[in-house]
Amino acid sequence: MKGNEAIAEAAIRGGCKFFFGYPITPQNEIPEYMSRRLPEVGGVYLQAESEVAAINMVYGAAAAGARVMTSSSSPGISLKQEGLSYIAACELPCVVVNMMRGGPGLGGIQPSQSDYFQATKGGGHGDYRLIVFGPASVQEAADITAEAFSIADYYRNPVMILGDGALGQMMEPVEFRPVEERELSPKTWAVTGSRGRRPNIITSLELEPALLEKLNLRLAAKYEKIGRELVRFDTYRLEDAHWAIVAYGMMARVARAAVDKARARGIKAGLFRPISLFPFPSTPLAKVAEQVRGFLAVEMSMGQMVEDVKLAVLGRRPVHFYGRAGGIVPTAQEILQALEGLVRDRNKASREGGDAGAEGFRTTGSSN
Amino acid sequence: MVRKVFGRPEALTETPTHYCPGCTHGIVHRIVAEVIDELGVRERTVGVVPVGCAVFAYYYFNCDMIEASHGRAPAVATGIKRALPDSVVFSYQGDGDLASIGTAEIVHAAARGENISVIFINNAIYGMTGGQMAPTTLPGQKTTTSPAGRDTSRAGYPIRVCEMLSTLDGASYIARVSCTSPANVARAKRAVREAFEVQLAGGGFSLVEFLSSCPTNWGMTPIEALRWIDKEMSAYYPLGEYKVPKVPEEASQGG
Repeated sequence: MKGNEAIAEAAIRGGCKFFFGYPITPQNEIPEYMSRRLPEVGGVYLQAESEVAAINMVYGAAAAGARVMTSSSSPGISLKQEGLSYIAACELPCVVVNMMRGGPGLGGIQPSQSDYFQATKGGGHGDYRLIVFGPASVQEAADITAEAFSIADYYRNPVMILGDGALGQMMEPVEFRPVEERELSPKTWAVTGSRGRRPNIITSLELEPALLEKLNLRLAAKYEKIGRELVRFDTYRLEDAHWAIVAYGMMARVARAAVDKARARGIKAGLFRPISLFPFPSTPLAKVAEQVRGFLAVEMSMGQMVEDVKLAVLGRRPVHFYGRAGGIVPTAQEILQALEGLVRDRNKASREGGDAGAEGFRTTGSSN
Repeated sequence: MVRKVFGRPEALTETPTHYCPGCTHGIVHRIVAEVIDELGVRERTVGVVPVGCAVFAYYYFNCDMIEASHGRAPAVATGIKRALPDSVVFSYQGDGDLASIGTAEIVHAAARGENISVIFINNAIYGMTGGQMAPTTLPGQKTTTSPAGRDTSRAGYPIRVCEMLSTLDGASYIARVSCTSPANVARAKRAVREAFEVQLAGGGFSLVEFLSSCPTNWGMTPIEALRWIDKEMSAYYPLGEYKVPKVPEEASQGG
């Protein structure tokens, strides 16, 4: 099944009943699939006049207590940022898919990871966070999307599935598993008509500074809780690794191949793959720093997640970066070369410093 | 025996409003609230309030309310109405909100025949931000950003929202009213009631535009402001019903 379609089907299985969207490449299969399937399950698909309108329709439906989703790609997600800020401020649950393409500006339509900052650091105005997941396969994208609605409801927070054009367009086998629902409180805050109760008001306007700060403090406490409870990551051949490649999403699959290539060349490489991008798996990554000689962050960007890697490692080990932009996907060979360069530099520094900890390449026979 | 002949509508709270003296927002709120009461729909009504002078309207209406970002009220109302088809959804918007930053949202909500009712306050100026030029500012009208008067050769022409929206097939009921006299208030209430009844009948998009006063930013007394609406604004924006629901063919033949 195509990544985009698997996400759409998983959303429906996760309880999504409403979808508001606007076409943009490379995620069009999501609204197309939703327009076919949602009416079959008693839901509503509506094509909005713009991304701005779409996210505000999401805001309205979420406020009314519905499970609702929108999807877009980079320039379209930029247009949704205003609405996302409001939704986050009002603590409403929804799911947003961003199938990233090359930017900035109109950019291109090839896969990219250059919206990491926007997704994980806020994007819209104000002190808020989205819960962000970066799946690396169609199966994982389906699993996370299905669960995302329950997560969004539980934390009353927007959840973003951060994929890229390649994930959306590729076909892989996928199994739709039953969704494990969290124990959820009734949505007593929703604007559903005030029958039998006092009216509900949903607003993010607070002119009194002390009260607005209180909202920010409450949100910060929630993000801290999310940080304790939602961190997800995966590792590959990291147990005895001297070098850790850090990559997420589709990039991590190429990095995994690079790990195997490096191992074949005598470099003890491993992969650390963040699955939750907010909250970022800082603590487990910091533990890896106790074991490895250095990190190589690999991204389809000019270097964005690498900043979170550096923050996690806090200078205990060197953190390097290799990335391509504009929709170019780094190859496993390129990553291997970047890693070999790091090993070579360290060996040179070790020799000059009289350190015996240098590492060699099997094929060059210069092991020590 | 004492008989109560006048009181606050149940659909209004006791909260005093923040509106300037002589502004007709208060009258419009009351009209909407009376209609909600008379139709008996308060407990299934959700109101969407704008950015602008009416930003605090959620404190004044005694029903579920939600704040929309600037211009997006029709999109928010769409999301609510689609999620809760049995609810009664109205948006309350000013002219900057509806006729400038939110033009796309209002046009497309009307074009879709979205089953919501829109209360549109046109006072020809940006009120809350201090009297800047609005899309509805009249030619020659002085504002803080058109200090020599609106020059149409540079700033273009005002948008006549009712005329524009009534060309759309999805729009069902479109009317322009004012609150400058008791008779006009009575007409205005009939229009709002019609707008809500259209929604209750599943008839599609309805909008009532109020020519409203802004004595503070117009630099007039409240009475001068009402006269200005009657003389100047009503000349550019004629009052009346621009679109009414089509009478089914059988009924018209039968009549």
